[in-house]
Amino acid sequence: MYDNPLTKRTAVTHEVKISARGVNVFYGENRAIKDVDVDIEDKTVTAFIGPSGCGKSTFLRCLNRMNDTIDICSVKGLITLDGEDIYAPSIDPVQLRAKVGMVFQKPNPFPKSIYDNVGYGPKIHGMAQSRADLDEIVERALRRAALWEEVKDRLSSPGTGLSGGQQQRLCIARAVATEPEVLLMDEPCSALDPIATAQVEELIDELREQYSVVIVTHSMQQAARVSQKTAFFHLGHLVEFGETGQIFTNPHDPRTESYITGRIG
Amino acid sequence: MTSLAFSLLFALAIAGYVWNLMAARSIRQSGARMHSLSGFHGMYSFLLAVVPVMVLILVWQVLKGPVIDRMVLGGLPPGTLDGVNAGAVQLILSEIKSLAGGRTFGTPEDWKIEAAERLVGLRQTAAYSLVGLVAVVAGGLVLFARLRVGAEFRARHRVERIVSGLMIFCASVAIFVTLGIAGSLMFETYRFFERVPLTEFLFGLNWEPQIPLREDQIAAEGAFGWIPVFLGTIVITVVALFIAIPVGLLSGIYLNEFAPRRMRAVAKPILEILAGVPTVVYGFFAILTVAPAIRSAGAALGIDIAPNTALAAGSVMGIMLIPFISSFADDALSAVPQALRDGALGLGATRAEMMTTVLFPAAIPGIVGGILLAVSRAIGETMIVVMAAGLIAKMTINPLDSVTTVTVQIVTLLIGDTSFDNPKTLAAFALGMMLFLVTLVINVFALRIVRKYREAYD
Repeated sequence: MYDNPLTKRTAVTHEVKISARGVNVFYGENRAIKDVDVDIEDKTVTAFIGPSGCGKSTFLRCLNRMNDTIDICSVKGLITLDGEDIYAPSIDPVQLRAKVGMVFQKPNPFPKSIYDNVGYGPKIHGMAQSRADLDEIVERALRRAALWEEVKDRLSSPGTGLSGGQQQRLCIARAVATEPEVLLMDEPCSALDPIATAQVEELIDELREQYSVVIVTHSMQQAARVSQKTAFFHLGHLVEFGETGQIFTNPHDPRTESYITGRIG
Repeated sequence: MTSLAFSLLFALAIAGYVWNLMAARSIRQSGARMHSLSGFHGMYSFLLAVVPVMVLILVWQVLKGPVIDRMVLGGLPPGTLDGVNAGAVQLILSEIKSLAGGRTFGTPEDWKIEAAERLVGLRQTAAYSLVGLVAVVAGGLVLFARLRVGAEFRARHRVERIVSGLMIFCASVAIFVTLGIAGSLMFETYRFFERVPLTEFLFGLNWEPQIPLREDQIAAEGAFGWIPVFLGTIVITVVALFIAIPVGLLSGIYLNEFAPRRMRAVAKPILEILAGVPTVVYGFFAILTVAPAIRSAGAALGIDIAPNTALAAGSVMGIMLIPFISSFADDALSAVPQALRDGALGLGATRAEMMTTVLFPAAIPGIVGGILLAVSRAIGETMIVVMAAGLIAKMTINPLDSVTTVTVQIVTLLIGDTSFDNPKTLAAFALGMMLFLVTLVINVFALRIVRKYREAYD
């Protein structure tokens, strides 16, 4: 993918997976997200870029209702997953989070064995009928996260003993083990070295075949490398959203241009 | 006179501080690059004078008394003390000291008056020489410190070394006090086992420590088997933990994760007040409220219940322990990183699943620590059981019966007129020793368990 010039990247349009209309997020009195409209497509990597504090992580956390866990945070507007309002009273956030997985900025494996880390989601959602089922799910998830070869001989050793890059791939394996439909990644490479970052990016590109991936990143190079769609956030506004190639080569909004050329942010 | 010595020392040390500070500043102002800040040069002088001279004064105070005593006795007219035993010598010495203090009883012999005058003189000499010594030594040290001030002198390193030495000293005070307590316990326990065989104490099933104090007194021969007493402690501890662990853990978990902010703001201080209630007040509560309630409940059910039940004392002790366990659980859960909570919730775990499968296992070491502390407190708790548990040692594990505990027995054995050479009194030390050992074993054992099964999260 690296030798595919941005301008020549063909844009294949998939169906819309998540749609947001008029989303506002408040932290107490403070309005962190202002009237955001966006459509996130299936089998596509969508990157959220923008300077620190622009609200991209906050918006990401709206998509699986992780903001519910913060007392003072309230979300207004409409967000739908497959056409269904995820903030509707009939929706159980626990069910939603099983469908919309999340990988965090800092690798956060549980203080359990590698096996139990990956098996955690399937276990709490009752996805495995037997130990053999669970073994299979764990192996498949670890393979998909490109970690199987490295850890297959020490599945019972603690997940916290792995290196930073391995821990992050373990967290990705843990997230894909619950068979989500959307994978949210909040700066997944910010705590990793360049080699581990390259591995995770390669992985993200492979995950696109099955999932809709949304990635928040500080690195514009990373957004350009892994994503097909890019959204630029600034001061809580969604300034521009479009094909990654178009955003990086021919931005319509002057603020986007200033940011990607390094003049603001 | 001693206070004069101390004032002099501090005056000299402060003067040394200022002197060195000024000297260092003037070197700095002359443009030289100093290794240490001026304040460290000052501090070096202060510490160099205070620490050794303080030790000197203390040693002097300890040695002064015996040395002066010997000089006074040595100065008595030859032959005065011939054939006088040690006790009588001490008597003569204290008579001389009374005379020196201006308290005359009867008509003392001339040589005693003479000795008293000599004692007064010696004391005065000692005081003057202490002040002189302090002035010379402290002054010398301050001068020495002043001479070392220079751009190259590493005053900061010296000060750091002296301060870390002081910290090591403070830390070792706690250790040596513990060793001292254990040592004195061991000594008295040894004296107890000289009188009562070890096997009788360890395996005896009878505890009747009443033995005749005088030859002609009519009383039973005592029996010193500690098992019934320890059994009582265990029964009460188990009852207490049965109440404290579930209530404490669940309230800790609730406060930490599920309580609304306002509820937490109210409940947490109230729990802390519970921890501050004096145990004697819990004792009142046990004997005036809980015990009668249990007794009348038993009467309503047709069970005859003793007025002093293990259940009453144990349950009140359990209430006392609730805040311990709940605040330990709360702290341990709060220490688990937010990232782990997010991770579990992000995978679609409910808050209850997150608590039981991620937070609780990660917090286990802290929680077990709290429970252990509670066990140690329960075993060592005295006031509640003195007031609400019984005095008679019985071989029973029925919580509705009256039992006694190790601490209650220690208290009763040491109350009133006691002589420290009979087994009845010494038994208290043996019991104390056992209490010490039991708590120690529990702690060591539990620490190992925690270390083995902990889920480290960093």
